[in-house]
Amino acid sequence: MSSSQVLPESAPPAAAGRADLRPEHIRDAVIRLAGNSQDGIQTAGAFLARLAGRSAQDVMTYMTIPSTISGGPSIFQVRIGSGEVLSAGDEADFLVAFYQHSYDDHIDFLREGGVLLYDSDHVQPNLDDKRFVYVGVPITGLTVEALGGTAKDKGKNIFVLGLLANIFHLNAEKLKELIRERFGGKDQSVVNTALTAFQAGYAYPVGNVLTTLYEFEPSPRASGRAQVTMDGNQALAYGLIAAGVRYGAGYPITPWSSIMEILRSEFPKYGGLFVQAEDELASVSLALGFSYSGWLAVTGSAGPGISLKAEAIGWASMAEIPLIIVNVQRGGPSTGLPTNVEQSDLHQAVFGGHGDSPRVVLAPATVEDCFYIALEAARIARKYSTPVFILSDSSLATRIEAFDEPDLSELMQDPKPNLSPRPAGTKPYPLDAITQHAPPGTRMLDSKYPVVTGLEHDEMGHPTASPRMHAAMTAKRRTKYQRLAGELPLPQVHGDPSGETLMVGWGSTFGPILEAVTRAREQGESVSSIHLRHLHPLPDGLEPVFERFRRIVVVEMNDHGLYGYGQLAALLRARFCNPKIESFTKTDGLTFRVREIVEGVLK
Amino acid sequence: MNPVVPPVAPEREKLTKKAVTADHPTWCPACGDFAVLAAFYKILEKRQLPHENIVTLAGIGCSSRFPYFVNSHGAHFIHGRSVPLASAISLARPELHVFLFGGDGDGLSIGGNHLDHGARKNIRMTYVIMDNFVYGLTKKQTSPTSPIGYKSKTDPTGAIDQPVNPIKKLIAAGATFVARTHAAQVNHMIQMIERAMDHDGFSVIECLSECIEFFPGAFDAGNPRKGGEFKTIEEKKWDNTPEDEERHDVTDEIAAYRLANLAFPGVFGVFYEIDRPTKNALEQKWIESSRAKLNGAPDLEILQTTFNRMK
Repeated sequence: MSSSQVLPESAPPAAAGRADLRPEHIRDAVIRLAGNSQDGIQTAGAFLARLAGRSAQDVMTYMTIPSTISGGPSIFQVRIGSGEVLSAGDEADFLVAFYQHSYDDHIDFLREGGVLLYDSDHVQPNLDDKRFVYVGVPITGLTVEALGGTAKDKGKNIFVLGLLANIFHLNAEKLKELIRERFGGKDQSVVNTALTAFQAGYAYPVGNVLTTLYEFEPSPRASGRAQVTMDGNQALAYGLIAAGVRYGAGYPITPWSSIMEILRSEFPKYGGLFVQAEDELASVSLALGFSYSGWLAVTGSAGPGISLKAEAIGWASMAEIPLIIVNVQRGGPSTGLPTNVEQSDLHQAVFGGHGDSPRVVLAPATVEDCFYIALEAARIARKYSTPVFILSDSSLATRIEAFDEPDLSELMQDPKPNLSPRPAGTKPYPLDAITQHAPPGTRMLDSKYPVVTGLEHDEMGHPTASPRMHAAMTAKRRTKYQRLAGELPLPQVHGDPSGETLMVGWGSTFGPILEAVTRAREQGESVSSIHLRHLHPLPDGLEPVFERFRRIVVVEMNDHGLYGYGQLAALLRARFCNPKIESFTKTDGLTFRVREIVEGVLK
Repeated sequence: MNPVVPPVAPEREKLTKKAVTADHPTWCPACGDFAVLAAFYKILEKRQLPHENIVTLAGIGCSSRFPYFVNSHGAHFIHGRSVPLASAISLARPELHVFLFGGDGDGLSIGGNHLDHGARKNIRMTYVIMDNFVYGLTKKQTSPTSPIGYKSKTDPTGAIDQPVNPIKKLIAAGATFVARTHAAQVNHMIQMIERAMDHDGFSVIECLSECIEFFPGAFDAGNPRKGGEFKTIEEKKWDNTPEDEERHDVTDEIAAYRLANLAFPGVFGVFYEIDRPTKNALEQKWIESSRAKLNGAPDLEILQTTFNRMK
């Protein structure tokens, strides 16, 4: 916790606690809740995140969920800050341990001087270790006492939420409102139970054992826009809706499933439809059918499912059908680490087709960017009649962030199938223009109706094996991406525009890399960074940016491979033939800590 | 910016055979598929559907070349996945007439799973499986319907695997219209396809269509001109006559199985036909109830309300 000397202007809210305790003002806190997956710590953590969002604080969460069906250790980490929060935090300021294993596994993550809040009914910490502040609360016993024996282990999460609300002077009324909203759809008794648990935690005299209570500084946010709080899969799903996508199909797989669950319920509200298909092959085929019928559609999966879709995506390249393919990456290959994070599907996205089948690959940087990347993907898919990959990942999918509410009235797209009659001589595959198909239902005024096809074809879509035509059509299908590369914005360099080291990142490493730049510069290092959202094609104009640095270090969460370069690093080296390009990668299935990047890049 | 003036659509002309004919088929001379194509032209001429609303779709195989030979909107998709492709078009664009053509390998082997689920979901389309008991495009390998003992390049001593019974598979999966016909019986074929078109649901016709090159004579036993017998299913007329007792009730699943179990060449006609709500209708119902709850709010307002809840 970074504390400041700002004195409170008024007395802290009348929570139970010692009257002589004055809150210490903090800008930023990392709170890690460690328990089992069925304890509802995600729910408690999400309340903290939502509250921070509503209080105009910046927030970022990080969680691990075991891949077992029920139970198993799980954590939820919330970082709340009054300034910009870029990563989930290298260390915790505050660790809540529900069980002995939670304590054993996570105590090393607590910073020196940090607070361990533990359930004294389950956890026996090593009190001789003087690095930490120990606060034992019989969480289980007190929860049962408050709720009655039938509650068993339920309600501990909300009890802890009450405790934290007291310790951090959080707005209890707002939290209760969130609890009512969250459980309001259920039986009134559920809301009452939750509020009782919350009140019990909030009233616990934690001030008797903890000498400092905290209060967040007011946020200096100036955008004037309200904040919305959601996870990356939600942001991506609602981004697709804002982009006018109304149809799609998918098959369940972690961590993609929640996108399809949202779209299945949301699309019908907009007159559209999301189909749960029998398998990945059918889901991509359905999505292509929707797109062919005039409605740009979405399908998605994680790496293994994308492999199954690969053949049909090849058809989309050849037949030039627009399509959005979401890949929420996880640890691979095969079933791999289904609930961990990795960025190891970049080459699959860029090169995973058979034949010469270039496609567009984008990657969102943050939860907020998951929303905007969907709009960008839809824009490109429609304009260039092409499959577009969105490479999200497991950490973006599951973490919650607060961000400025998008201006929907400005952004909302509403494209309908273009069924206006096509003039005589319309060619489905013109060599001198980008393909724009006439969907079925469109009158062709010369009565020549088009067939979209996966066979090599001439401009009219007739199959042909003519060597000249295959060369010309291959070039046609390639040049549209070269044209796209020319229209992409060149990303800004963060830090000085020239110097010793330029870090290059993509996807969810955006925040940690940015924080690493700040930290390294504080240490006097000459470090800058650039972040790529468009990975294929790459935007034109990167060479002069690279020229101005002595080292280019690509930071990514995948293996450096047989030849020593991670997947983006290999792509950049192939593209620019620049021997300055180095690679820094890791494959532990976890998000980057800021320290890891600083040490890894500056080694 | 100048407003884009859409070209004026001229009056519709009658849909003649010429109007629906496209490229000349690439099939071998005397292939059974020619007859299926001719039957389809006849149906299109007879029905006079709006030209732009006819969609002809296929996967991969000899018969799956079909869309190139029909002048209509169409798609030539990948091997085995034409049912999901067609499903989406049917679900998103209810005004279109979705016709799907393919072979036994495409529909019953690589696409076998999709056939089951298209049937189970009862998605509105007309699907003609041109069954020739052999892989023709790849030049004579065993197909899922090749009879035991059939000698192919992959079973030089004769096929050993139990063939698929397409009719039983379709009924078991939940198809709501299942019929069988023979490419050498043009009138029967037209009748079956027309009935399938008029059926509101997933309607499939297995059409025995001879591969003249790799399995000549395969269906002679069902062709009177080749000394066989074309035995059709007598359907119940519900006229309370004693003869009617013997006739087939197309809604009787067990009776349909019994007919499908008859030894080759078996019988031809409608085996099974029932009314069950289509996915098209059920999804539409859900869309309407979802929208009704929102009192016709515009898209922007719906999304804004969702975002307001996340503040």
